Amino acid sequence: MELILLTPWDLSIAALLVLLLAGLSFHLRLGIEKRLAVAAARSALQLGLLGLVLKVIFAQSNPITIGLLTLFMLLVASYEVMNRQQRRYHGFWGMGVGVLSMFLSSFSVTLLALLVILQVDPWYAPQYLIPLLGMMLGNTMTGVALSLDSLNQNAWQQRASIEAQLMLGHDWQTAITEIRRNALRTGLIPILNAMAAAGVVSIPGMMTGQILAGSPPLEAAKYQILILFLVSASIGLGSVTAIWVGSKHLFDERQRLRLDRLTRPKH
Amino acid sequence: MAQLSIHNLQVQRLLPVNLEVLASQCITLSGPSGCGKTRLLRAIADLDPHQGEVRLNRIAQRDIPAPQWRRRVGYLPAEAAWWRERVGDHFLNPDPKRFETLGFTLEWLEREVSRLSTGERQRLALLRLLGNEPEVLLLDEPTANLDQASARRVEQLIDDYRQIRQAAVIWVTHDEQQHKNSAHHYCFKDGKLELHAWS
Repeated sequence: MELILLTPWDLSIAALLVLLLAGLSFHLRLGIEKRLAVAAARSALQLGLLGLVLKVIFAQSNPITIGLLTLFMLLVASYEVMNRQQRRYHGFWGMGVGVLSMFLSSFSVTLLALLVILQVDPWYAPQYLIPLLGMMLGNTMTGVALSLDSLNQNAWQQRASIEAQLMLGHDWQTAITEIRRNALRTGLIPILNAMAAAGVVSIPGMMTGQILAGSPPLEAAKYQILILFLVSASIGLGSVTAIWVGSKHLFDERQRLRLDRLTRPKH
Repeated sequence: MAQLSIHNLQVQRLLPVNLEVLASQCITLSGPSGCGKTRLLRAIADLDPHQGEVRLNRIAQRDIPAPQWRRRVGYLPAEAAWWRERVGDHFLNPDPKRFETLGFTLEWLEREVSRLSTGERQRLALLRLLGNEPEVLLLDEPTANLDQASARRVEQLIDDYRQIRQAAVIWVTHDEQQHKNSAHHYCFKDGKLELHAWS
């Protein structure tokens, strides 16, 4: 099997479908045509640029440029995490929680995969590092964002019962246990669903891609299993870190609940 | 044996407060709503950031770990929250005698919190707090939602506790009789705490 190359004409047919959808939305006054157009244009532009950037980076294989690209990816992911919070932390920790938790989880899991499992040489070979890290970051971002949102929303809503426990002399960890547990569960639900549905309801994107690119299905399945496991580990590690750092920041050195460290929702 | 001394305690925009409560002494506080009574009690319990100094038996607040401080300086808010379903989940060693004093039996431990009335919840919250055997009691209108008979029982329980444990008590109330039964009555006026003189 050989990779079937796509022509601009092929992409135009697919784009026409999106345009049709936009027209339908306009006709039925659903009001999503503008957002649809922006999202479609944005994804085409971003992916096109990524293709170009990767082409250069793959050709050079320079550790410094690769490092800068991974840093950029980490910052964008952290920004997205912050942006999805209804109540975020004031100041440094607004973005710091995401940076710290995703660095500790996604980067270490990717490193493990490169060094121990795939044994890529050199370990920073961008053909492996960038797509792997991208998958870790993209999924961990969702998990961390959901966990933090649940943590801070619940802490805000359950202020009275947290403080009731503090008043009676419980320490902060006891007072926030239940909320922490819920936050972790919330963060892990998407990956648990994805693992349950994988291969039965949906064929995961990466496996689809590999099969289209000509890999034998069983090899593609093995890679997909590896990725699912790595991604769940990364999400779990990232969410646990974010919840631990985040909940600790909700209390001060005298174990007072400090909701003033959270911003108000914008709307 | 507890003596609570408060020196230049300042919370948010309130004026500094100086106050001394001796062991077995009960003082009452009053003042219009929003004058800072609750904020003052919360600061003494170390639930809000504040300036100034609070000492228990001459030991500064910051030298006692926060959970331990809050067990020794027990704060009863006007509306105490419950975080589990059953009443009993909030009690470690319920004292049947105290339950009886307030008109309960230990069977109440099996009840669901959501089915209790406001007054029942308030009285049970006091029992829950006394379970810690605090040396200082900070009470925010503990009889506000109670009928006459229940209010007298609560007063009786707090009074007995104060004398037996030699506890210091700060009691926020608008009840004239409770003011008269206390050692001193302080009143918030224009953000300042003033000793109320009986004519």
